Amino acid sequence: MAHYEAPIREAIITGDKSYHDITVDVAAPIEGKANKNWWIAFIIALVAFLWGVGAIAYTIGTGIGVWGLNNRINWAWDITNFVWWVGIGHAGTLISAVLLLFRQKWRMGINRSAEAMTIFAVVQAGLFPLIHMGRIWDGFYVLPIPNQLGSLWVNFNSPLLWDVFAISTYLSVSLVFWWTGLLPDFAMIRDRATKPFQKKIYSLVSFGWSGKAKDWQRFEEVSLVLAGLATPLVLSVHTIVSFDFATSVIPGWHSTVYPPYFVAGAVFSGFAMVQTLLLIMRKVSNLEYYITKVHIENMNKVILVTGGIVTVAYLSELFVGWYTGSSYEDFVYLSVGAATGPYWWAFWSLIICNSVIPQLFWFKKIRTNYIWTFIISIFINIGMWFERFDIIVINLSRGHLPSSWTQFSPTFVDIAIFIGTLGFFFVLFLLYARTFPVIAQAEVKSILKSTGDNYKRAREGGDPIEKTIAQVVEKKVEVATPVVEDDKDAQTSNLLDSLGAFDADTQQADDLKKVKGIGPVMEKTLNQIGIYTFAQVGKMTKKEYDLLDSITGSFPGRAERDDWAGQANKLKS
Amino acid sequence: MSSKVIHALYDDDDVLLKAVKEVKAAHHHIEEIYTPFPVHGLDKAMGLEPTRLGITAFMYGLTGLGFAWWFLNLIMIQDWPQNIGGKPSFSFAENMPAFVPVMFEMTVFFAAHLMVITFYMRSKIWPFREAENPDPRTTDDHFLMEVAVDGDEDKLASLLKGTGAVEINVKEKH
Repeated sequence: MAHYEAPIREAIITGDKSYHDITVDVAAPIEGKANKNWWIAFIIALVAFLWGVGAIAYTIGTGIGVWGLNNRINWAWDITNFVWWVGIGHAGTLISAVLLLFRQKWRMGINRSAEAMTIFAVVQAGLFPLIHMGRIWDGFYVLPIPNQLGSLWVNFNSPLLWDVFAISTYLSVSLVFWWTGLLPDFAMIRDRATKPFQKKIYSLVSFGWSGKAKDWQRFEEVSLVLAGLATPLVLSVHTIVSFDFATSVIPGWHSTVYPPYFVAGAVFSGFAMVQTLLLIMRKVSNLEYYITKVHIENMNKVILVTGGIVTVAYLSELFVGWYTGSSYEDFVYLSVGAATGPYWWAFWSLIICNSVIPQLFWFKKIRTNYIWTFIISIFINIGMWFERFDIIVINLSRGHLPSSWTQFSPTFVDIAIFIGTLGFFFVLFLLYARTFPVIAQAEVKSILKSTGDNYKRAREGGDPIEKTIAQVVEKKVEVATPVVEDDKDAQTSNLLDSLGAFDADTQQADDLKKVKGIGPVMEKTLNQIGIYTFAQVGKMTKKEYDLLDSITGSFPGRAERDDWAGQANKLKS
Repeated sequence: MSSKVIHALYDDDDVLLKAVKEVKAAHHHIEEIYTPFPVHGLDKAMGLEPTRLGITAFMYGLTGLGFAWWFLNLIMIQDWPQNIGGKPSFSFAENMPAFVPVMFEMTVFFAAHLMVITFYMRSKIWPFREAENPDPRTTDDHFLMEVAVDGDEDKLASLLKGTGAVEINVKEKH
């Protein structure tokens, strides 16, 4: 019972999948054509992206003065967006690394896309500090490289520099983790590809992965160690981002609770973004069998926990502000009047989106409902943006000198750059969804026998799918009886007589690859013979199988064993 | 020694695992096994040594830590000590707490990247490398066992057939 899993655990691969079905389902979006909805979404995202590019070019050409920053509020949307995007990235690493360490099988259906989201989000985040430098061509000043300026070095006491190291390590390690996991899946696409260009590209990106036993052993070790490294790394990244604020002397920012509070908030917002993306993706890319209610519910539980942590953090800050009687704490959390002052709307958006609305997930009906989850995830995305906006802008808008109190109003450039990064993010994600294996199919196959619904059912009752090894072996020993060698053409016409000819004018060819046991090569062979439809395959009996075997000369007995006819009849309907 | 090998294809991981044990018991040499996903226990059944990549990662991590230690000391203490915000950089011990984040990041950076590079080099996978799996179905739903032919070829073929192989191909090893 190597594949045993407690029956109380719900199946996380549904739809009675076999190994080959997983291959076909994961390859389908790559091998098929993009539909109209994809193009509409892509064009909208592209336009937004180009608008953002224009705004960035304007900023670099003219100067940061084109933003709405002023003397008092010298960080606003830029750093808000930066922290927001970095935070979103955290869920991907949490799913792929932390859930790997905890051996959570449900991570496998979603880790690939979550990691893609991480990388694309961190790319957006990285843009903001870069353009905020103003003179982006002097950006290399953040690197500790020997130079001609009297050997002037960077300041390693500054959290802003720690950020440079943290974010670049995070981005590069996430990328390598992601790509290593992708190798076997790219190899699968490569081995199925029929178009020469496609084959070439996927050969290149799969690095010649062959799936040798020793390579798999190393692959698993590397995944485990990378997960072990990525777990403290992801916690360190948002901790260091929070240091940008916590180590400063600005009242409201100078707060020792920031590191854990930022990390929890990051995971909270990241999972919300994963929900937003995957709920759309599972529909568009037909992944309903792999991204199930179990995945959605588990993620909602994480959202509930991390949302609870940030709520407690909000309450404790208010409480401590009142209880300590410290004039600085009091100044920040009470006197400024975050809840009643000019930024009351930002404060209450935060409280409602992050602390009130997610409580709906306590109801099982809501946390297992796709539509509700989607709506709530959007609220959390908005709420977490306001959290960063509130921390940065509300605290800056009130200083020790009341005459300098002011507010921030974004210019169209601020807005365009933010919308532009959203566009860039979705451009990357939409391209990814059409060219990458969006499910870690090799990993999913390795858990199919323990968590596939067909296998689970079989273990509970005597379903015929569950075969003991002995039975399987017994069945395989019966080898097909060879047919007398005959003229191949005569055999072909013989075969077509009993199956019915295919008329290209009135009939439409089916995708024969959907039948287990028929690969792209076999499909071609069948097409050469004149077999194009499930109807034809469905008529096959023992006689036709033997005929086919003697024509093709390959895979003797395969067709019969896999019951192509039975499968085809099912697919036909 | 014959230069022939037999490629036995299986379509189930449990059947494959059982077959590996039987082939090993009959004292045949398994050259290689190609699988579409990691089959747990296969390396043990084949008698593969455990991988030492984890140990290399630890050593690479130490290297990264040492490197960070060295350049932080060089930059902040030796080459250009500055008094930043009333916190002078005159001794490494006093300033070390401020260097911990960068030391940590460099440890992770070195360990992760150098381990992955070692993995790629050892397994010979990199861009433009040709795949070596003999049958494209081994990345889909088939498991291929390559067994060296030593002695009676038919006897080996029938042994493999008996273990539940769905297909047996005899190949010249080049």
